[in-house]
Amino acid sequence: MLKRVDDRDGQSTGADAGNAAAPQEHLGKSVRLRNLQLSFGPRRVLQDLNLEVPARQFLAIVGRSGVGKSSLMRLLVGLDKPSGGEVLIDGAPVTRLQKSVQLMFQDARLLPWQTVLSNVGIARLPDWRDASLEALRDVGLEDRQNDWPAVLSGGQRQRVALARVLVRHPSVLLLDEPFGALDALTRAEMHGLLEKLWLRHQFTTLLITHDVAEAVALADRVVVMRDGRVTFDVDVPAPRPRERIDAELAALQAKILKEV
Amino acid sequence: MTRPSRSSQLSDRLTPWLLPVALLIAWEIGARSGLIEQRVLPAPSNVAIAFWENAKSGALAHHVWISFHRAMAGLLVGGGIGFALGVLNGVSRNAERLLDSGLQMLRNVPHLAVIPMVILWFGIDETAKVFLVAIGTLFPIYLNTFHGIKTIDRGLIEMAKVNGLGPLAIFWRVILPGAMPSVLVGLRYALGIMWLTLIVAETIAASSGIGYMTMNAREFLQTDVVVLGILVYALLGKAADTATKLIEHRVLAWHPAYHGDVRALP
Repeated sequence: MLKRVDDRDGQSTGADAGNAAAPQEHLGKSVRLRNLQLSFGPRRVLQDLNLEVPARQFLAIVGRSGVGKSSLMRLLVGLDKPSGGEVLIDGAPVTRLQKSVQLMFQDARLLPWQTVLSNVGIARLPDWRDASLEALRDVGLEDRQNDWPAVLSGGQRQRVALARVLVRHPSVLLLDEPFGALDALTRAEMHGLLEKLWLRHQFTTLLITHDVAEAVALADRVVVMRDGRVTFDVDVPAPRPRERIDAELAALQAKILKEV
Repeated sequence: MTRPSRSSQLSDRLTPWLLPVALLIAWEIGARSGLIEQRVLPAPSNVAIAFWENAKSGALAHHVWISFHRAMAGLLVGGGIGFALGVLNGVSRNAERLLDSGLQMLRNVPHLAVIPMVILWFGIDETAKVFLVAIGTLFPIYLNTFHGIKTIDRGLIEMAKVNGLGPLAIFWRVILPGAMPSVLVGLRYALGIMWLTLIVAETIAASSGIGYMTMNAREFLQTDVVVLGILVYALLGKAADTATKLIEHRVLAWHPAYHGDVRALP
């Protein structure tokens, strides 16, 4: 079972790397993990992880808690360094934090002492006020720009965090169970919003979740992580926008559940 | 229907004052009738007269100003050093390893116990008093700044890093504001210690200031002036506390505990 995805490793992203002078810099970039390993002392979190994500794909990574999903995200964004192997974004290895890859955390992580607008524009890029307001408009919170984060609901805070990510025009968006703490209704709302934004901005998206239904509802492709590696890989062939989970998707969902 | 509620509101407002006012009246009657000796405790009216006379002659303002000056100078020096050390040890593990245990040792020495040394070093001039106040205010501010920085949510710092903030920006925009509630608690402690230290320092060795004024009055058995001095200290302490509260309301406007009408812009 562990061999199932190994044949994907043979392909090369050399063509992508050659196109370094791409005009639309913030459009989605491809992500490639090559023999990625990570250990904390004797504990091996990731072992020989191989995965290739084409540009602009929406990929969901499903797995039980503790299989190293969040550690993988930290490697992808450049917060931690792998023990072995490498992460390639558009063919270029990730060695430090980079602007084109943005991570949305499980908790919103807003600065309580800055207003919503200042939180969105935390990177203080040129014209951050206008850009931040634009991003807040994208997530439907422009009227809360001068509020303190403390007065927002959980869903609103996550939307501010989403705006903070959008304002930096990521090529690769990493989502680390961003909707895990939200109630079902708010979560469905966020799914719709995320799908809309993904269709509009065309970033490559990697969503980590333990919720298979969420993965199937949002992603083009779902991979299952177990024991620090990818053990199952399946495409989700369904038209967008996905408003309902039909029988075919439900069957797929059941199949993935068995693999988790 | 508004009448009873208004009168109950008024009585709510007056109730806390009943006991102090009754005590004051009892005190006045006791002092006047000779039940309480003037030498033990002067009548409130005599204290009021002493206040009026000292205020008129300008002596009170002179002493208060000098004491205030010493207090602020000591707080600035001690608080400044405490804050700087707190930041340094909070940010750098190496500095913490080098300095923290030494500081904890010093902290546990009652700072008033070093008065004999201080007099030997600085004599009885201004430096001695400012030094004592500085030592007294250093530790509460150090401890609370250090603690405030240590307890900042690591997730926020990580988020700032992912968003491309450099170490300096992280310090100014994440670490410092995050530590501020704790720093201000330290400031409030420090203000209490500041007045306490100053009283002791001024009563032991001074030729001006409120402490000197009360000690001088004691020599001449002017108990009314002594009580006046104590009252002035109480008022100054209260004023310092009110000032910190105002600062808290401004600086911590973002904090849910202070949410009012304030919606500051960045």
